[in-house]
Amino acid sequence: MRDESHLLPNGRVLRYTFRERLMHWVAGFSYLYLLLTGLAFWSPWLYWLSVVCGGPTTSRELHPWVGVVFTLSVLWMYLIWAPQMHSTARDREWWRSLRYYIRNEDDKVPDEDRFNAGQKALFWGFLICGILLFLSGLVLWVPHWIPRSLAFLRLIAVIVHPVAALLTIALFMVHVYMGTAVERGAFSSIVRGDVSRKWAARFHRAWYEQIARGPAPRK
Amino acid sequence: MSQANLEIRRISAHPGPVPGSGVKRDLKVAKLVDTTTCIGCKACEVACLEWNGLAFSDTTFQNSYQTMPETAWNFWNLIKFNEYEPESGNLMLLMRKDQCMHCEEPGCLIACPADGAIVQYVNGIVDFNQDQCIGCGYCITGCPFNIPKFSPTSRKVFKCTLCSDRVSEGLEPACIKACPTGCLHFGTKEEMLELGETRAHQLRTESGFAHAGVYNPEGVGGTHVLYVLHDATNPEAYGGLPKNPRVPWTVWLWKRPLKWLGNLAMAGGLIGMFVHYLRFGPKIVEEDDVKEGNEEPREGKQP
Repeated sequence: MRDESHLLPNGRVLRYTFRERLMHWVAGFSYLYLLLTGLAFWSPWLYWLSVVCGGPTTSRELHPWVGVVFTLSVLWMYLIWAPQMHSTARDREWWRSLRYYIRNEDDKVPDEDRFNAGQKALFWGFLICGILLFLSGLVLWVPHWIPRSLAFLRLIAVIVHPVAALLTIALFMVHVYMGTAVERGAFSSIVRGDVSRKWAARFHRAWYEQIARGPAPRK
Repeated sequence: MSQANLEIRRISAHPGPVPGSGVKRDLKVAKLVDTTTCIGCKACEVACLEWNGLAFSDTTFQNSYQTMPETAWNFWNLIKFNEYEPESGNLMLLMRKDQCMHCEEPGCLIACPADGAIVQYVNGIVDFNQDQCIGCGYCITGCPFNIPKFSPTSRKVFKCTLCSDRVSEGLEPACIKACPTGCLHFGTKEEMLELGETRAHQLRTESGFAHAGVYNPEGVGGTHVLYVLHDATNPEAYGGLPKNPRVPWTVWLWKRPLKWLGNLAMAGGLIGMFVHYLRFGPKIVEEDDVKEGNEEPREGKQP
Protein backbone atom coordinates (compact mmCIF):
# COMPACT_ATOMS: atom_id res chain seq x y z
CA MET A 1 0.00 0.00 0.00
CA ARG A 2 1.54 3.30 -0.98
CA ASP A 3 1.70 6.34 1.22
CA GLU A 4 -1.35 8.46 0.42
CA SER A 5 -0.37 11.46 2.50
CA HIS A 6 -0.17 14.76 0.64
CA LEU A 7 -0.50 18.52 0.90
CA LEU A 8 -4.03 19.74 1.49
CA PRO A 9 -5.48 22.81 -0.30
CA ASN A 10 -5.72 24.65 3.02
CA GLY A 11 -1.97 24.49 3.42
CA ARG A 12 -1.93 21.69 5.93
CA VAL A 13 -0.60 18.19 5.36
CA LEU A 14 -2.72 15.05 5.32
CA ARG A 15 -0.81 12.68 7.55
CA TYR A 16 -3.30 9.84 8.10
CA THR A 17 -6.08 8.94 5.65
CA PHE A 18 -9.55 8.16 6.95
CA ARG A 19 -8.89 4.44 6.52
CA GLU A 20 -5.69 4.64 8.56
CA ARG A 21 -7.42 6.59 11.32
CA LEU A 22 -10.33 4.14 11.46
CA MET A 23 -7.91 1.23 11.56
CA HIS A 24 -5.88 2.83 14.33
CA TRP A 25 -8.92 3.39 16.51
CA VAL A 26 -10.41 -0.06 16.00
CA ALA A 27 -7.06 -1.36 17.24
CA GLY A 28 -6.88 1.34 19.94
CA PHE A 29 -10.30 0.84 21.50
CA SER A 30 -10.15 -2.96 21.31
CA TYR A 31 -6.68 -2.85 22.89
CA LEU A 32 -7.97 -0.60 25.66
CA TYR A 33 -10.72 -3.08 26.55
CA LEU A 34 -8.25 -5.97 26.40
CA LEU A 35 -5.82 -4.04 28.59
CA LEU A 36 -8.37 -3.19 31.29
CA THR A 37 -9.94 -6.66 31.45
CA GLY A 38 -6.52 -8.30 31.14
CA LEU A 39 -5.13 -6.26 34.03
CA ALA A 40 -8.19 -7.24 36.07
CA PHE A 41 -7.33 -10.93 35.60
CA TRP A 42 -3.62 -10.20 36.07
CA SER A 43 -3.70 -8.81 39.59
CA PRO A 44 -6.15 -9.06 42.50
CA TRP A 45 -5.43 -5.38 43.14
CA LEU A 46 -6.87 -4.51 39.74
CA TYR A 47 -9.80 -6.95 39.73
CA TRP A 48 -12.16 -3.97 40.15
CA LEU A 49 -11.32 -2.98 36.56
CA SER A 50 -13.44 -5.93 35.40
CA VAL A 51 -16.41 -4.34 37.18
CA VAL A 52 -16.22 -1.24 35.00
CA CYS A 53 -15.79 -3.47 31.93
CA GLY A 54 -19.14 -5.18 32.40
CA GLY A 55 -18.50 -7.42 35.39
CA PRO A 56 -15.96 -10.20 35.92
CA THR A 57 -17.88 -12.91 34.06
CA THR A 58 -18.79 -10.62 31.17
CA SER A 59 -15.17 -9.49 30.96
CA ARG A 60 -14.04 -13.11 30.72
CA GLU A 61 -16.62 -13.79 27.98
CA LEU A 62 -15.89 -10.65 25.95
CA HIS A 63 -12.08 -10.52 26.31
CA PRO A 64 -11.47 -13.30 23.71
CA TRP A 65 -13.97 -11.86 21.22
CA VAL A 66 -12.47 -8.39 21.51
CA GLY A 67 -9.11 -10.12 21.12
CA VAL A 68 -10.25 -11.40 17.73
CA VAL A 69 -11.21 -7.84 16.73
CA PHE A 70 -7.81 -6.59 17.89
CA THR A 71 -5.97 -9.35 16.02
CA LEU A 72 -7.86 -8.54 12.80
CA SER A 73 -7.08 -4.82 13.20
CA VAL A 74 -3.39 -5.62 13.69
CA LEU A 75 -3.41 -7.74 10.52
CA TRP A 76 -5.18 -4.90 8.69
CA MET A 77 -2.46 -2.58 9.96
CA TYR A 78 0.15 -4.99 8.67
CA LEU A 79 -1.39 -4.96 5.18
CA ILE A 80 -1.50 -1.17 5.05
CA TRP A 81 1.64 -0.12 6.92
CA ALA A 82 4.19 -2.91 6.63
CA PRO A 83 5.79 -1.58 3.39
CA GLN A 84 6.54 1.72 5.17
CA MET A 85 7.96 0.04 8.25
CA HIS A 86 11.18 -1.47 6.90
CA SER A 87 14.25 -0.46 8.81
CA THR A 88 16.65 1.84 6.95
CA ALA A 89 20.19 3.09 7.50
CA ARG A 90 18.67 6.33 8.77
CA ASP A 91 16.70 4.36 11.37
CA ARG A 92 19.84 2.73 12.68
CA GLU A 93 21.37 6.18 12.97
CA TRP A 94 18.20 7.32 14.78
CA TRP A 95 18.62 4.59 17.39
CA ARG A 96 22.21 5.69 17.94
CA SER A 97 21.01 9.23 18.65
CA LEU A 98 18.13 8.06 20.85
CA ARG A 99 19.47 9.87 23.88
CA TYR A 100 19.19 13.19 22.05
CA TYR A 101 15.63 12.36 21.05
CA ILE A 102 14.78 11.55 24.68
CA ARG A 103 16.29 14.88 25.83
CA ASN A 104 14.32 16.78 23.17
CA GLU A 105 17.60 17.76 21.46
CA ASP A 106 16.00 16.91 18.12
CA ASP A 107 18.48 18.93 16.05
CA LYS A 108 20.99 16.14 16.72
CA VAL A 109 18.56 13.48 15.49
CA PRO A 110 18.55 12.44 11.83
CA ASP A 111 15.62 13.54 9.67
CA GLU A 112 12.71 11.20 10.17
CA ASP A 113 10.65 9.52 7.47
CA ARG A 114 6.86 9.19 7.65
CA PHE A 115 7.42 6.86 10.59
CA ASN A 116 10.50 7.23 12.72
CA ALA A 117 12.48 4.24 13.94
CA GLY A 118 10.64 4.23 17.26
CA GLN A 119 7.27 4.07 15.55
CA LYS A 120 8.52 1.23 13.39
CA ALA A 121 9.61 -0.67 16.49
CA LEU A 122 6.16 -0.06 17.96
CA PHE A 123 4.55 -1.49 14.82
CA TRP A 124 6.68 -4.65 14.70
CA GLY A 125 6.44 -5.12 18.45
CA PHE A 126 2.67 -4.98 18.39
CA LEU A 127 2.53 -7.28 15.37
CA ILE A 128 4.74 -9.99 16.91
CA CYS A 129 3.17 -9.71 20.37
CA GLY A 130 -0.29 -9.60 18.78
CA ILE A 131 0.34 -12.92 17.04
CA LEU A 132 1.69 -14.46 20.26
CA LEU A 133 -1.26 -13.12 22.23
CA PHE A 134 -3.70 -14.48 19.66
CA LEU A 135 -2.18 -17.97 19.59
CA SER A 136 -1.86 -18.28 23.37
CA GLY A 137 -5.26 -16.62 23.76
CA LEU A 138 -6.89 -19.32 21.63
CA VAL A 139 -5.66 -21.93 24.12
CA LEU A 140 -6.78 -19.87 27.12
CA TRP A 141 -10.17 -19.20 25.51
CA VAL A 142 -11.23 -22.85 25.71
CA PRO A 143 -8.84 -24.61 28.13
CA HIS A 144 -11.44 -27.36 28.72
CA TRP A 145 -11.23 -28.34 25.06
CA ILE A 146 -7.50 -29.00 25.29
CA PRO A 147 -7.05 -32.75 25.86
CA ARG A 148 -4.92 -33.90 28.77
CA SER A 149 -2.26 -35.15 26.33
CA LEU A 150 -1.82 -31.56 25.06
CA ALA A 151 -1.86 -29.99 28.53
CA PHE A 152 1.58 -28.50 27.85
CA LEU A 153 -0.14 -26.04 25.49
CA ARG A 154 -2.03 -24.57 28.45
CA LEU A 155 1.16 -24.43 30.51
CA ILE A 156 2.97 -22.56 27.71
CA ALA A 157 0.01 -20.25 27.12
CA VAL A 158 -0.20 -19.05 30.74
CA ILE A 159 3.38 -17.75 30.40
CA VAL A 160 3.36 -16.52 26.79
CA HIS A 161 0.12 -14.55 27.17
CA PRO A 162 1.19 -12.35 30.12
CA VAL A 163 4.76 -11.90 28.86
CA ALA A 164 3.57 -10.74 25.43
CA ALA A 165 0.92 -8.57 27.10
CA LEU A 166 3.52 -6.91 29.35
CA LEU A 167 5.66 -6.14 26.29
CA THR A 168 2.69 -4.50 24.55
CA ILE A 169 1.96 -2.54 27.74
CA ALA A 170 5.50 -1.14 27.64
CA LEU A 171 5.04 -0.20 23.98
CA PHE A 172 1.56 1.16 24.66
CA MET A 173 2.65 3.38 27.54
CA VAL A 174 5.46 4.95 25.51
CA HIS A 175 3.14 5.29 22.50
CA VAL A 176 0.39 7.09 24.44
CA TYR A 177 2.87 9.28 26.30
CA MET A 178 4.65 10.31 23.08
CA GLY A 179 1.42 10.75 21.14
CA THR A 180 -0.39 12.88 23.68
CA ALA A 181 2.01 14.56 26.09
CA VAL A 182 5.29 14.92 24.21
CA GLU A 183 4.56 15.41 20.52
CA ARG A 184 1.85 18.04 20.66
CA GLY A 185 -0.33 17.73 17.55
CA ALA A 186 0.25 14.01 17.10
CA PHE A 187 -3.01 13.10 18.84
CA SER A 188 -5.13 15.40 16.66
CA SER A 189 -3.36 14.00 13.58
CA ILE A 190 -4.62 10.48 14.30
CA VAL A 191 -8.11 11.87 15.01
CA ARG A 192 -8.57 14.47 12.26
CA GLY A 193 -5.78 13.30 9.95
CA ASP A 194 -3.99 16.56 9.22
CA VAL A 195 -0.96 18.35 10.65
CA SER A 196 0.58 21.74 10.06
CA ARG A 197 3.53 22.06 7.72
CA LYS A 198 5.70 23.06 10.64
CA TRP A 199 4.66 19.99 12.57
CA ALA A 200 5.48 17.79 9.59
CA ALA A 201 8.85 19.44 9.12
CA ARG A 202 9.57 19.29 12.82
CA PHE A 203 8.91 15.61 13.40
CA HIS A 204 9.10 13.92 9.99
CA ARG A 205 11.29 16.15 7.89
CA ALA A 206 12.31 13.58 5.29
CA TRP A 207 8.66 12.66 4.73
CA TYR A 208 7.60 16.32 4.58
CA GLU A 209 10.26 17.25 2.05
CA GLN A 210 9.23 14.36 -0.12
CA ILE A 211 5.56 15.31 -0.25
CA ALA A 212 6.30 19.05 -0.43
CA ARG A 213 8.03 18.52 -3.76
CA GLY A 214 5.81 15.64 -4.80
CA PRO A 215 2.99 15.66 -7.38
CA ALA A 216 -0.07 17.81 -6.86
CA PRO A 217 -2.94 16.28 -4.90
CA ARG A 218 -5.34 14.24 -6.97
CA LYS A 219 -8.48 16.03 -5.89
CA MET B 1 -20.17 -24.26 47.72
CA SER B 2 -18.76 -22.00 50.38
CA GLN B 3 -19.68 -22.87 53.94
CA ALA B 4 -19.98 -19.77 56.08
CA ASN B 5 -19.41 -21.66 59.33
CA LEU B 6 -16.04 -23.07 58.21
CA GLU B 7 -13.09 -20.79 58.86
CA ILE B 8 -11.42 -19.65 55.66
CA ARG B 9 -7.63 -19.79 55.44
CA ARG B 10 -6.97 -18.75 51.84
CA ILE B 11 -9.01 -16.96 49.18
CA SER B 12 -8.16 -16.98 45.48
CA ALA B 13 -7.07 -13.64 43.94
CA HIS B 14 -7.83 -11.80 47.15
CA PRO B 15 -6.17 -8.44 47.81
CA GLY B 16 -5.50 -8.02 51.49
CA PRO B 17 -5.87 -10.23 54.52
CA VAL B 18 -8.17 -13.24 54.81
CA PRO B 19 -10.93 -12.89 57.43
CA GLY B 20 -10.55 -16.30 59.09
CA SER B 21 -6.79 -16.65 58.87
CA GLY B 22 -5.29 -17.33 62.27
CA VAL B 23 -8.49 -16.47 64.13
CA LYS B 24 -9.93 -19.77 65.24
CA ARG B 25 -8.47 -23.19 65.73
CA ASP B 26 -9.79 -26.04 63.64
CA LEU B 27 -8.63 -29.58 63.11
CA LYS B 28 -7.20 -30.56 59.75
CA VAL B 29 -9.43 -33.20 58.24
CA ALA B 30 -8.61 -35.93 55.77
CA LYS B 31 -10.21 -38.76 53.89
CA LEU B 32 -8.33 -42.07 53.81
CA VAL B 33 -8.93 -44.38 50.84
CA ASP B 34 -7.60 -47.89 51.35
CA THR B 35 -7.34 -49.16 47.77
CA THR B 36 -6.49 -52.65 49.07
CA THR B 37 -9.98 -53.17 50.51
CA CYS B 38 -12.00 -51.42 47.78
CA ILE B 39 -14.29 -53.85 45.96
CA GLY B 40 -15.34 -51.43 43.21
CA CYS B 41 -19.01 -51.41 44.17
CA LYS B 42 -19.38 -47.71 43.30
CA ALA B 43 -21.64 -47.00 46.26
CA CYS B 44 -19.52 -43.86 46.82
CA GLU B 45 -20.23 -42.71 43.25
CA VAL B 46 -23.97 -42.99 43.84
CA ALA B 47 -23.82 -41.43 47.31
CA CYS B 48 -21.91 -38.46 45.85
CA LEU B 49 -24.56 -37.88 43.19
CA GLU B 50 -27.37 -38.32 45.72
CA TRP B 51 -26.02 -35.98 48.37
CA ASN B 52 -24.95 -33.27 45.93
CA GLY B 53 -28.17 -33.49 43.93
CA LEU B 54 -26.35 -34.20 40.67
CA ALA B 55 -28.19 -35.72 37.73
CA PHE B 56 -27.44 -39.27 36.66
CA SER B 57 -25.49 -39.09 33.43
CA ASP B 58 -24.76 -41.68 30.75
CA THR B 59 -21.98 -44.14 31.41
CA THR B 60 -19.25 -44.87 28.88
CA PHE B 61 -18.29 -48.48 28.29
CA GLN B 62 -14.55 -48.92 27.76
CA ASN B 63 -14.01 -52.63 28.32
CA SER B 64 -13.80 -52.16 32.06
CA TYR B 65 -16.05 -51.65 35.05
CA GLN B 66 -15.26 -47.94 35.06
CA THR B 67 -18.29 -45.64 34.80
CA MET B 68 -16.64 -43.07 32.53
CA PRO B 69 -13.08 -42.17 31.45
CA GLU B 70 -12.60 -39.37 33.98
CA THR B 71 -14.55 -37.29 36.48
CA ALA B 72 -17.00 -34.79 35.02
CA TRP B 73 -18.44 -31.43 36.12
CA ASN B 74 -21.49 -33.32 37.39
CA PHE B 75 -19.67 -36.52 38.43
CA TRP B 76 -17.07 -35.75 41.10
CA ASN B 77 -16.28 -39.21 42.41
CA LEU B 78 -15.12 -41.98 40.07
CA ILE B 79 -13.64 -45.39 40.79
CA LYS B 80 -10.76 -45.90 38.35
CA PHE B 81 -10.21 -49.53 37.39
CA ASN B 82 -6.92 -50.82 36.08
CA GLU B 83 -5.87 -54.37 35.24
CA TYR B 84 -2.27 -54.47 36.40
CA GLU B 85 0.31 -57.21 36.17
CA PRO B 86 3.09 -56.72 38.71
CA GLU B 87 6.49 -58.40 38.41
CA SER B 88 5.25 -61.27 40.54
CA GLY B 89 2.92 -62.15 37.66
CA ASN B 90 -0.32 -62.20 39.64
CA LEU B 91 -2.92 -60.13 37.77
CA MET B 92 -4.38 -57.40 40.00
CA LEU B 93 -7.52 -55.36 39.45
CA LEU B 94 -6.55 -52.03 40.97
CA MET B 95 -9.41 -49.78 42.00
CA ARG B 96 -8.91 -46.22 43.15
CA LYS B 97 -11.56 -43.71 44.12
CA ASP B 98 -10.62 -40.61 42.09
CA GLN B 99 -11.76 -37.19 43.32
CA CYS B 100 -10.33 -33.84 44.34
CA MET B 101 -7.27 -34.38 46.51
CA HIS B 102 -7.75 -31.13 48.49
CA CYS B 103 -4.07 -30.17 48.27
CA GLU B 104 -2.42 -28.20 51.04
CA GLU B 105 -0.84 -26.12 48.22
CA PRO B 106 -3.75 -26.00 45.74
CA GLY B 107 -2.74 -25.25 42.13
CA CYS B 108 -6.34 -24.34 41.28
CA LEU B 109 -6.48 -21.64 43.96
CA ILE B 110 -3.06 -20.27 43.02
CA ALA B 111 -4.02 -20.03 39.33
CA CYS B 112 -7.51 -18.56 39.91
CA PRO B 113 -7.90 -14.85 38.99
CA ALA B 114 -11.40 -14.41 40.46
CA ASP B 115 -11.61 -12.99 43.98
CA GLY B 116 -13.28 -15.57 46.24
CA ALA B 117 -14.02 -18.17 43.57
CA ILE B 118 -11.81 -20.73 45.34
CA VAL B 119 -11.30 -20.88 49.09
CA GLN B 120 -9.28 -23.12 51.36
CA TYR B 121 -10.69 -23.65 54.81
CA VAL B 122 -8.57 -23.94 57.94
CA ASN B 123 -9.55 -27.63 58.04
CA GLY B 124 -7.85 -28.13 54.65
CA ILE B 125 -10.88 -28.46 52.36
CA VAL B 126 -10.53 -26.60 49.03
CA ASP B 127 -13.91 -25.39 47.80
CA PHE B 128 -15.19 -23.67 44.64
CA ASN B 129 -17.73 -20.85 44.85
CA GLN B 130 -19.53 -20.99 41.54
CA ASP B 131 -21.22 -17.62 42.19
CA GLN B 132 -17.79 -15.96 42.11
CA CYS B 133 -16.36 -18.18 39.33
CA ILE B 134 -15.84 -16.43 35.99
CA GLY B 135 -15.33 -19.66 34.03
CA CYS B 136 -11.80 -18.87 32.82
CA GLY B 137 -10.56 -22.42 33.44
CA TYR B 138 -7.18 -21.41 34.90
CA CYS B 139 -7.88 -23.88 37.74
CA ILE B 140 -7.93 -26.66 35.12
CA THR B 141 -4.40 -25.60 34.13
CA GLY B 142 -3.24 -25.27 37.74
CA CYS B 143 -4.46 -28.70 38.91
CA PRO B 144 -1.91 -31.56 38.73
CA PHE B 145 -4.69 -34.16 39.22
CA ASN B 146 -7.05 -33.25 36.31
CA ILE B 147 -9.96 -32.57 38.66
CA PRO B 148 -11.74 -29.23 37.98
CA LYS B 149 -14.26 -29.69 35.17
CA PHE B 150 -15.98 -26.99 33.12
CA SER B 151 -19.75 -27.07 32.79
CA PRO B 152 -20.76 -25.94 29.29
CA THR B 153 -24.30 -25.09 30.46
CA SER B 154 -23.46 -22.86 33.44
CA ARG B 155 -19.95 -21.92 32.16
CA LYS B 156 -18.57 -22.50 35.67
CA VAL B 157 -16.14 -25.07 37.01
CA PHE B 158 -17.14 -27.81 39.48
CA LYS B 159 -15.41 -30.46 41.56
CA CYS B 160 -15.67 -32.51 44.75
CA THR B 161 -16.30 -30.32 47.83
CA LEU B 162 -15.22 -33.02 50.30
CA CYS B 163 -18.85 -32.51 51.40
CA SER B 164 -17.85 -29.25 53.11
CA ASP B 165 -21.55 -28.72 53.86
CA ARG B 166 -21.69 -32.03 55.78
CA VAL B 167 -18.27 -31.58 57.40
CA SER B 168 -19.24 -28.12 58.66
CA GLU B 169 -22.13 -29.80 60.50
CA GLY B 170 -19.90 -32.46 62.00
CA LEU B 171 -20.87 -35.21 59.55
CA GLU B 172 -18.58 -37.36 57.45
CA PRO B 173 -18.61 -36.98 53.63
CA ALA B 174 -21.38 -38.85 51.76
CA CYS B 175 -18.96 -41.26 50.06
CA ILE B 176 -17.55 -42.35 53.45
CA LYS B 177 -21.05 -42.94 54.75
CA ALA B 178 -21.89 -45.22 51.81
CA CYS B 179 -18.78 -47.43 51.76
CA PRO B 180 -19.74 -51.02 52.66
CA THR B 181 -16.24 -52.44 53.16
CA GLY B 182 -14.83 -49.74 55.41
CA CYS B 183 -12.11 -48.91 52.93
CA LEU B 184 -13.07 -45.23 53.25
CA HIS B 185 -12.28 -43.41 56.46
CA PHE B 186 -12.70 -39.82 57.57
CA GLY B 187 -11.17 -38.00 60.50
CA THR B 188 -8.36 -35.66 61.38
CA LYS B 189 -5.41 -35.79 59.05
CA GLU B 190 -3.19 -36.93 61.91
CA GLU B 191 -5.48 -39.87 62.67
CA MET B 192 -5.84 -40.81 59.02
CA LEU B 193 -2.08 -40.78 58.46
CA GLU B 194 -1.63 -42.99 61.49
CA LEU B 195 -4.36 -45.37 60.37
CA GLY B 196 -2.94 -45.47 56.85
CA GLU B 197 0.58 -46.17 58.07
CA THR B 198 -0.69 -48.94 60.33
CA ARG B 199 -2.50 -50.53 57.39
CA ALA B 200 0.55 -50.12 55.14
CA HIS B 201 2.74 -51.75 57.77
CA GLN B 202 0.27 -54.63 57.98
CA LEU B 203 0.37 -55.02 54.17
CA ARG B 204 4.16 -55.01 54.17
CA THR B 205 4.64 -57.47 57.01
CA GLU B 206 1.62 -59.77 56.76
CA SER B 207 0.35 -59.64 53.16
CA GLY B 208 3.54 -59.66 51.15
CA PHE B 209 3.20 -56.19 49.62
CA ALA B 210 6.76 -55.06 50.25
CA HIS B 211 6.22 -51.59 48.76
CA ALA B 212 2.89 -50.82 50.40
CA GLY B 213 2.62 -47.24 51.62
CA VAL B 214 0.56 -44.11 52.09
CA TYR B 215 0.17 -41.59 49.26
CA ASN B 216 0.44 -38.05 50.67
CA PRO B 217 2.47 -36.23 47.98
CA GLU B 218 4.87 -33.60 49.30
CA GLY B 219 5.07 -31.69 46.00
CA VAL B 220 1.69 -30.10 46.78
CA GLY B 221 2.38 -29.83 50.51
CA GLY B 222 0.48 -33.03 51.25
CA THR B 223 -3.17 -33.70 50.49
CA HIS B 224 -6.36 -34.04 52.49
CA VAL B 225 -7.23 -37.22 50.62
CA LEU B 226 -4.80 -40.02 51.42
CA TYR B 227 -4.43 -43.38 49.72
CA VAL B 228 -3.11 -46.69 50.99
CA LEU B 229 -1.49 -48.34 47.96
CA HIS B 230 -0.24 -51.93 47.59
CA ASP B 231 2.73 -50.45 45.73
CA ALA B 232 3.43 -46.87 46.72
CA THR B 233 6.41 -46.76 44.34
CA ASN B 234 4.10 -47.02 41.32
CA PRO B 235 1.07 -44.76 41.88
CA GLU B 236 0.62 -44.33 38.10
CA ALA B 237 -0.75 -47.88 37.95
CA TYR B 238 -3.77 -46.71 39.94
CA GLY B 239 -5.52 -44.96 37.06
CA GLY B 240 -2.78 -42.40 36.48
CA LEU B 241 -2.14 -41.10 39.99
CA PRO B 242 0.89 -38.79 39.50
CA LYS B 243 4.08 -39.89 41.22
CA ASN B 244 5.27 -36.43 42.18
CA PRO B 245 2.44 -33.94 41.60
CA ARG B 246 3.30 -30.23 41.81
CA VAL B 247 1.73 -26.95 40.95
CA PRO B 248 2.95 -26.60 37.32
CA TRP B 249 6.16 -24.54 37.26
CA THR B 250 4.84 -22.20 34.56
CA VAL B 251 1.83 -21.40 36.78
CA TRP B 252 4.22 -20.69 39.66
CA LEU B 253 6.45 -18.55 37.41
CA TRP B 254 3.43 -16.61 36.15
CA LYS B 255 1.81 -16.02 39.54
CA ARG B 256 4.91 -15.24 41.57
CA PRO B 257 8.07 -13.73 39.95
CA LEU B 258 6.48 -12.62 36.67
CA LYS B 259 3.61 -10.88 38.44
CA TRP B 260 5.92 -8.90 40.68
CA LEU B 261 8.39 -8.07 37.92
CA GLY B 262 5.51 -6.98 35.69
CA ASN B 263 3.92 -4.83 38.38
CA LEU B 264 7.28 -3.19 39.18
CA ALA B 265 7.94 -2.57 35.48
CA MET B 266 4.52 -1.01 34.93
CA ALA B 267 4.76 1.21 38.01
CA GLY B 268 8.36 2.11 37.10
CA GLY B 269 7.28 2.98 33.56
CA LEU B 270 4.55 5.33 34.78
CA ILE B 271 6.90 7.04 37.24
CA GLY B 272 9.64 7.22 34.60
CA MET B 273 7.36 8.92 32.10
CA PHE B 274 6.17 11.42 34.69
CA VAL B 275 9.73 12.28 35.69
CA HIS B 276 10.71 12.55 32.02
CA TYR B 277 7.90 15.03 31.47
CA LEU B 278 8.96 17.10 34.47
CA ARG B 279 12.57 17.13 33.29
CA PHE B 280 12.23 17.51 29.51
CA GLY B 281 8.57 18.33 28.82
CA PRO B 282 6.94 18.34 25.41
CA LYS B 283 8.56 18.78 22.00
CA ILE B 284 7.23 22.21 21.06
CA VAL B 285 6.26 23.27 17.55
CA GLU B 286 5.84 27.00 17.14
CA GLU B 287 2.46 27.09 15.45
CA ASP B 288 2.33 30.35 13.55
CA ASP B 289 1.23 28.75 10.32
CA VAL B 290 -2.41 28.72 11.37
CA LYS B 291 -2.54 32.27 10.09
CA GLU B 292 0.09 32.02 7.40
CA GLY B 293 -1.00 28.66 6.19
CA ASN B 294 0.89 28.43 2.92
CA GLU B 295 4.16 29.70 4.19
CA GLU B 296 7.01 27.24 3.95
CA PRO B 297 8.72 26.64 7.25
CA ARG B 298 11.98 28.51 7.08
CA GLU B 299 14.08 27.28 9.89
CA GLY B 300 15.05 23.74 10.50
CA LYS B 301 14.12 21.87 13.61
CA GLN B 302 13.73 23.80 16.78
CA PRO B 303 15.45 22.28 19.74
